[in-house]
Amino acid sequence: MSAGILSLIVIGLGVLGYFLGRGRALSLATATGRKLHSLPGYYGQSVALFTAVPALLLMAAWLFLQPVLIDSRVNAMIPDSVIPEGGARSLVMADVRRIADGLDAMMADGGISENELDQMRADITNIRSRLANVGVALGSDVPVAVFDAAKEMRQSSKTGALAMTIAVLVLTLGAGGWTLMRINTDLRARNISENFVKALLIGASLVAILTTVGIVSSLLFETINFFKIYPAKDFFFSTVWNPQFRGGSDLGILPLLWGTFYVSLVALLVAVPVGLMIAIYLAEYASKHVRSVAKPAIEVLAGIPTIVYGLFALITVGPFLRDYIAEPLGLGSSSSSVLTAGLVMGIMLIPFVSSLSDDIINAVPQSMRDGSYGLGATQSETIKQVVLPAALPGVVGAVLLAASRAIGETMIVVMGAGAAAKLGLNPFEAMTTVTVKIVSQLTGDTEFASPETLVAFALGLTLFVFTLGLNILALYIVRKYREQYE
Amino acid sequence: MTDFTSSPTGANGRRRGGSLLELDARTKRRNASEARFRLMGVIAVSIGVIALIGLLSSILMNGASSFRQTYITLNVFLDPAKLDKAGDGDLEKIAKVTTFGYAPLIQKAMEAAIKENGAAVDGLNAKKAAELISKEAPADLRRFVLANPDKIGETVEFSLLAAGRIDGYFKGRVTMESAQLDRNISPEQLMLADKLKQAGVLQIKFNWAFFTAPDASDTRPEAAGLGVAILGSIYMMLIVLCLSLPLGVAASIYLEEFAPQNRWTDLIEVNISNLAAVPSIVFGILGLAIFINIAGLPQSAPVVGGLVLTLMTLPTIIIATRAALKAVPPSIRDAALGIGASKMQSVFHHVLPLAMPGILTGTIIGLAQALGETAPLLLIGMVAFVREYPASPPEGFFDPASALPVQVYNWTTRGDPAFVERASGAIIVLLVFLVIMNIAAIMLRRRFERRW
Amino acid sequence: MYDAPSLEKTVDQKSTKIAAKDVQVYYGNTHAIKDVNVDLLDKTVTAFIGPSGCGKSTFLRCLNRMNDTIDVCRVEGDILLDGEDIYDKRVDPVQLRAKVGMVFQKPNPFPKSIYDNVAYGPRIHGLARNKAELDEIVEKSLRRGAIWDEVKDRLDAPGTGLSGGQQQRLCIARAVATEPEVLLMDEPCSALDPIATAQVEELIDELREQYSVVIVTHSMQQAARVSQKTAFFHLGNLVEYGDTTQIFTNPVDPRTESYITGRIG
Repeated sequence: MSAGILSLIVIGLGVLGYFLGRGRALSLATATGRKLHSLPGYYGQSVALFTAVPALLLMAAWLFLQPVLIDSRVNAMIPDSVIPEGGARSLVMADVRRIADGLDAMMADGGISENELDQMRADITNIRSRLANVGVALGSDVPVAVFDAAKEMRQSSKTGALAMTIAVLVLTLGAGGWTLMRINTDLRARNISENFVKALLIGASLVAILTTVGIVSSLLFETINFFKIYPAKDFFFSTVWNPQFRGGSDLGILPLLWGTFYVSLVALLVAVPVGLMIAIYLAEYASKHVRSVAKPAIEVLAGIPTIVYGLFALITVGPFLRDYIAEPLGLGSSSSSVLTAGLVMGIMLIPFVSSLSDDIINAVPQSMRDGSYGLGATQSETIKQVVLPAALPGVVGAVLLAASRAIGETMIVVMGAGAAAKLGLNPFEAMTTVTVKIVSQLTGDTEFASPETLVAFALGLTLFVFTLGLNILALYIVRKYREQYE
Repeated sequence: MTDFTSSPTGANGRRRGGSLLELDARTKRRNASEARFRLMGVIAVSIGVIALIGLLSSILMNGASSFRQTYITLNVFLDPAKLDKAGDGDLEKIAKVTTFGYAPLIQKAMEAAIKENGAAVDGLNAKKAAELISKEAPADLRRFVLANPDKIGETVEFSLLAAGRIDGYFKGRVTMESAQLDRNISPEQLMLADKLKQAGVLQIKFNWAFFTAPDASDTRPEAAGLGVAILGSIYMMLIVLCLSLPLGVAASIYLEEFAPQNRWTDLIEVNISNLAAVPSIVFGILGLAIFINIAGLPQSAPVVGGLVLTLMTLPTIIIATRAALKAVPPSIRDAALGIGASKMQSVFHHVLPLAMPGILTGTIIGLAQALGETAPLLLIGMVAFVREYPASPPEGFFDPASALPVQVYNWTTRGDPAFVERASGAIIVLLVFLVIMNIAAIMLRRRFERRW
Repeated sequence: MYDAPSLEKTVDQKSTKIAAKDVQVYYGNTHAIKDVNVDLLDKTVTAFIGPSGCGKSTFLRCLNRMNDTIDVCRVEGDILLDGEDIYDKRVDPVQLRAKVGMVFQKPNPFPKSIYDNVAYGPRIHGLARNKAELDEIVEKSLRRGAIWDEVKDRLDAPGTGLSGGQQQRLCIARAVATEPEVLLMDEPCSALDPIATAQVEELIDELREQYSVVIVTHSMQQAARVSQKTAFFHLGNLVEYGDTTQIFTNPVDPRTESYITGRIG
């Protein structure tokens, strides 16, 4: 039974449970002549919740865990001898999975029966051609162990699915039935169902924690694996980034960090002055009319996906800088460059800086401005010498948040900065960043367990730590700043 | 306390009581600096607005042409001698004829069309002339024949895609000069195209296929469409909506209405605000490690993309929902509690319905963000070349698919400049979706805006 | 010292510093100040009293054009400072405010050091040619603000760290530092405790020797204690203006009498 149908059944039983619970409560009330503690609907609701929710949770957990367990079991069945020279266990496992799927397809086609399948032997039957018939193309003939593993995987999945169906149905009926039996006129059904709902609400808010745990653990786990096969010292302190397909790569993070830093610096040099001046102008000077046009226009910039900025860098800004500045000045001939990515990222960050600064500038009390005007200061003197110094911590926070955005930004640098890991100063040269390399290492064809792939996780962890640090610092500063004026 | 004795004239002896009606030099200087500062503000705002205009116009100028496409209309004789050698109309046998079998039919039709319109160009043989037609055309023809086997033996009028370079010629991307250096096209072919256009054989039409066709290979930019990508994006948005709205609302209700002030609550709140600022690519790594490697979900599937985007969107929705809940005045809660409703009843019967417009607005904005997100989807394999439409949901959620922004990225990595046009066109489609969503959000806010 | 002012301090022979003629103020469609005519004298403390919302603060803010910062506010009529119309097109409000300083209801020191707070005005107006002169101005102003002894050892400490009364005296010192000719005070003691209030009132009395001081106050006792002239505002009208002693002992207008005796307001 497929998971979809099973969940529909569970939900159906839940609905049924609602009406049964409600009916039972009502009939009990009429039979005993006593008043119900709660509205009849709550009796139905508690039965429905107990019927459906635990079963659905069980199913979700089962679906998540079953492949993990089966994989590890099947993995153990594959001897090292069948793993081809220079290949990887994960590739063999992928074959196993495909063969298992192919066998299912054969069954579905009605080509063979369960019994025939049991008889099939990799060394006798021509598995490869039969699988090809159902659309599973294999690169080579199937070793016996692999085929057995595939059969085992198929068998375990089937058993697992059956067990899950039974377990889920038992839990549904059991929990539902138990709640239904418990109904009597004194049962505090409203409190039960409300506490149940509250538990669900708490569960939902824990998703945020689970996400963080998921991020940190997946990054940490694979990073540790990476450092087992590649020395951490070389990763952090080497100035060479030169991944090779056939091992022996240099995977030093320094050129990537430098590129990230350089591009972000250019972006901030564009975004901070412009964004800040926009915020000042719109908050202190602009007439209502100008504000009503300019403010939404700037906000539109914030709603544009980064891929659009990336394309802008690729087809407009990059060629423009190359043709009109870099080449005439002899500074470079690449359309992707630090400056291209930095400028475009700067534009992307303008609305971010300006809206944060706008909030912060508006939080400076009017009395402060009045004090300055009262002494005969001009508006710009007031802004430069009173408002901005007062807003400084908040503005610093905003800049830090913008910096964290900049170093985590991916698409603009993928499309605008280039792929060459270099430690250079010329902003018209292509350089690369941490995020670019995460993308290229994880979308390449290298096998998963190689250092060339795993390094992406170490890069991801570095990125995560950097951005998290910047964010916490920025939020702390901004919060302190707000407290000052509250 | 009368320890001051100096005169009010001041230490520096500045003249007091100067007339207000004339500006002293210092005031003039200060006013000039005021004007300069103001000008800087105007410049900054202009930079922002010009950047926006530049960005949009660059995309529009590059992409607008992708909504028109060059077609060549030919009368193709579906030769039974080639397509149905046995002559018994057996579909299986007809299906054995590959696209190579259809190419000669098109070549013949092309020859006929040139002769009929007197469009012959010197130095251009029939094979070269047929290269004006897209390599995708035989496949289209084959599909038609397999769908209508009874038409074999008849002459049918087809509107066939012109080759990418021909299309580019009419859109200004390819010129006679560039054609001389181009291995894929010759000036003679362009001359022929001009003549065919005059004869009305070659037309430029609205490019419906751009919205419905799947992606095409590197050499056939003219056939590449957004069908699979749009479908994939819609699937993902469905998943994001179905998961993040209930989860986000539930989490917000708990944090805003029920959570006690303690360390746990603080932890969750700090968590959410930090998650909102985690780079999107990190969510991609999460998706790859957890959903694909551990949970064994298929690569390139909308379900994985949907889950990753859900986790990304959740903080946005939670923050918006909490703001909406906070905006409902406490008097409403008090009123409900005052007549004996439970806390849960007051929230679900009164607060939540009142906060709903704000929640929906936040959700739409979160969805719009998710729709444009690219980086995490690259990592979970959605960048793969997918030509098959995913099945209908729910099975389709597990089929490989693409997504709009990823398709854009995918096209920009290809060599043929025609793909830049396609990518820009795809961006326009994406932006239209975003504009629609944002307008919906604004209308929702306007319609239900409430002042307490 | 802050009993009712003695009659020797008669003000008749003093010259007019600010003359207002037929002043009207509108906030959007609201007519906030109606036909106000008043001559404010030099070297005199003038108190504006009246119930909340009577327009006394609004009128005060007209005197150094602080109302310019409010978009919807419109002023008609003439206000002359030493015979020059301050609403003349040629007048730069920045220059005007250097002559007509202002102290606000809530102490509003800038988030800077005490020294920088006081030096702010002299710096922007270019009153000091060098550091030594600036130091001198700061010290003199702080002394005049009657706060020098309390802060002379910590001039680098932030002004926001002082107590409320000290902050307000710092703000007065700050206003004095630009060497204004008129000092406007908008309820300068409303946010202060009684001891701080007494200190500030004492200070106001001393400032009278050099400046024309205009003070808006909610407290009639304060008006009686510090001012020589009093103007009573009611619903945007200047009801009565005269010597403080006369207003408090023998008001002409029945509305003034009602307010003084506590029947309205």
